[in-house]
Amino acid sequence: MSLPAGAVAMVDEAEAAPVAVADRPTAPGRPRRKRKGRLDRHTGLWAAFFLAPTTIGLGVFYLWPVVQTIYFSFTSWGPFGGHTFIGLDNYEAIFQDPQVGVAARNTLYFAVLGLLGLPVSLVLAATLNRPGRKGVSAYRALIFLPVVTMPAAVAIVWRWLFNGDFGIINSLLGSVGISGTSWLSNPDTALLALAVVGIWSTVGYNMVILMAGLQSIPKQFYEAASLDGAGPVRQFTSITVPLLSPSLFFVSVLSVIGSLQTFDLVYVMIGKTSPALPQTRTIVYLFFEKAFIANDRGYAAALAFVLLLVISAITGLQFWLQKKWVHYA
Amino acid sequence: MRRRLISVAVAVGTAAVMALAACSSSTPTEASGPVTLSYGVWDKNQVPAMQKIADAFHAANPNVTVNVQLTPYTDYFTKLQVAATGGEAPDVFWMNGPNFQLYASNGVLQPLTDVQVDTAPYPESLVKLYQYQGKQYGLPKDFDTVGLWYNKKHFDAAGVKYPDDTWTWATFKEAATKLTDPAKGQFGAAAQLTGQEGYYNTIFQAGGQVVSADGKSSGYDDPKAVEGLKFWTDLIAANVSPSQGQMTDTAPYQMFEAGKVSMYWGGSWDAAEFTSNALTKADADVAVLPQGAQRATVIHGLSNVVFARTKYKLEAQRFAAFLGSKEAAEIQAGTGTVIPAYNGTQAEWVAAYPQFKLQNFLDQLPYAKPLPVSANTAAWNTAETDELTKAWTGAEAVDQSAKRLAESMNALLAKEGR
Repeated sequence: MSLPAGAVAMVDEAEAAPVAVADRPTAPGRPRRKRKGRLDRHTGLWAAFFLAPTTIGLGVFYLWPVVQTIYFSFTSWGPFGGHTFIGLDNYEAIFQDPQVGVAARNTLYFAVLGLLGLPVSLVLAATLNRPGRKGVSAYRALIFLPVVTMPAAVAIVWRWLFNGDFGIINSLLGSVGISGTSWLSNPDTALLALAVVGIWSTVGYNMVILMAGLQSIPKQFYEAASLDGAGPVRQFTSITVPLLSPSLFFVSVLSVIGSLQTFDLVYVMIGKTSPALPQTRTIVYLFFEKAFIANDRGYAAALAFVLLLVISAITGLQFWLQKKWVHYA
Repeated sequence: MRRRLISVAVAVGTAAVMALAACSSSTPTEASGPVTLSYGVWDKNQVPAMQKIADAFHAANPNVTVNVQLTPYTDYFTKLQVAATGGEAPDVFWMNGPNFQLYASNGVLQPLTDVQVDTAPYPESLVKLYQYQGKQYGLPKDFDTVGLWYNKKHFDAAGVKYPDDTWTWATFKEAATKLTDPAKGQFGAAAQLTGQEGYYNTIFQAGGQVVSADGKSSGYDDPKAVEGLKFWTDLIAANVSPSQGQMTDTAPYQMFEAGKVSMYWGGSWDAAEFTSNALTKADADVAVLPQGAQRATVIHGLSNVVFARTKYKLEAQRFAAFLGSKEAAEIQAGTGTVIPAYNGTQAEWVAAYPQFKLQNFLDQLPYAKPLPVSANTAAWNTAETDELTKAWTGAEAVDQSAKRLAESMNALLAKEGR
């Protein structure tokens, strides 16, 4: 394949393989304004053809439901379809509903607690990033395991662990003389307990992203730092953390979005008669109650749309803040 | 382009006219060819009996075949709601009290107007449960009432006489106190935060009501209802019942099965569960509920209803009527899974569990009160749990929780009319 560029273009032309041509639309040495137009149209068509499955899929299964949800948020829904336009009534009701405020506070608190998982993931990633150490891959696999386990199964097992009368956690605490509580039904501890499970189940995923980030940091930096006499801690704070900041940023954005959408943990671990439900009811849980138990789907759609706006705002804020701490090498 | 638009408009118009015509057809006619009806149920254990009934119906009506479709209960109503919205629900299906009015008021169900139905052989409160705006939508299929399950061993050890129909609230509380033994982690009773097996019964016994007969107002602001709720919160306050936190971590029936709770208010359906557990099979028995100002127990039962948009209105109604017949009830009774609603066919169910005095569930029929329902029952059921939890944990006085519950329930009931 050592033909000159012009020859390649000729072959392409002869065999009419537009995709290959598309790779070199600006082959040097030839004025061909006319052909370029034709090529571009072809290129566009082919691009559209290959993008179509994803675009249509996204459009039908993501964008259209979003548009519909926004529309339905201005309606009152019958339980068996049929809706009437009621303008901003649902939004008015949301801002007057004390439950929404409480749920928003719970959700934000949960998201903040969830961020505590980042330092844990970082330490794990840094520790397990040394290739060649014995058992490293086994540990990586163990820590990643919760990510590929079904959330409902995770929640049920943790429910047993947290059980006030028969749980392992309390019997361990009991053996050192501490009397535990009913972790999941005590309003003061329930959200913390949920956060522990939330962090536990996402730490593995964060760790993998951070490890990929770590491996892309050039070794020379560390070598130079050692020559200058920097110890491992100094290397960690002055090289690893700043150069890892793009990955940390990515992980923190995902973590916050994930926390703001928490539903399954509350649904399986708390249950509807738990005295701790008011302190753990998240926005999405409230959405579920309104949409599928109370059959008030218009209100639920409005709630979902408000959540979308809040998530967008918080993510936007994070992108704005990143200028202050994220270094792109 | 314009011509295409016009033809589309014409097609839509025609379809609309046809749909209107279909709606307004007065008496359904018999289908000419062979008919296949689908029949939606949710209990796996009852499928064999349902299949037998379907076969018996086919034998009597050779041109109609019935397909029994099983959907587990956890998905049943979600799936049914979607299917009904899309016009694809089964022709005949099981319905329960809390959901009935939601479906009937939205025109999803076909009243049994084209067949002869006789409601005399069923408990009256069940017949009424499936009436909406004066029309009968379903015949009762089975029923359950609530009784007082107790651990005989605990009673013997504490030297307390077994419960019987002379018991009042006072006797019950006294026994619960005597049966409580903190050293063994044993509680006399379990104040379960639930309507059907719990506070609905005591509210009725105190002479109160949960929702007014017209379904328009809440009964929770009545002092009698508060009395019915206090019955339970007093048990928790006196430490003769586990705390709400403990009962969330471990369900009360599990505590009863583990011998940690001596008395448990449970349904007739628990007979199967308590037979499958070795401890309760040997030590448990059941009595009628103790009486307050009056006697009461909550009765609930399923019925078979017809989908309004079925293609075979007449055949589906005939099958629904057949499901309520004595013949169908006898087939059900033989399996021992549920109490058939047809009076006089219940003896076999009682005989299916000879270790328990199940007759007590039937003896309560004369004063049984139907499970409280309205057009959107689930909405205020959530409010009940939300508000009453505060009273159950002791965070708030019962009358305060009840008052706020009445307010939010009244708001929800007012929304139903729209």
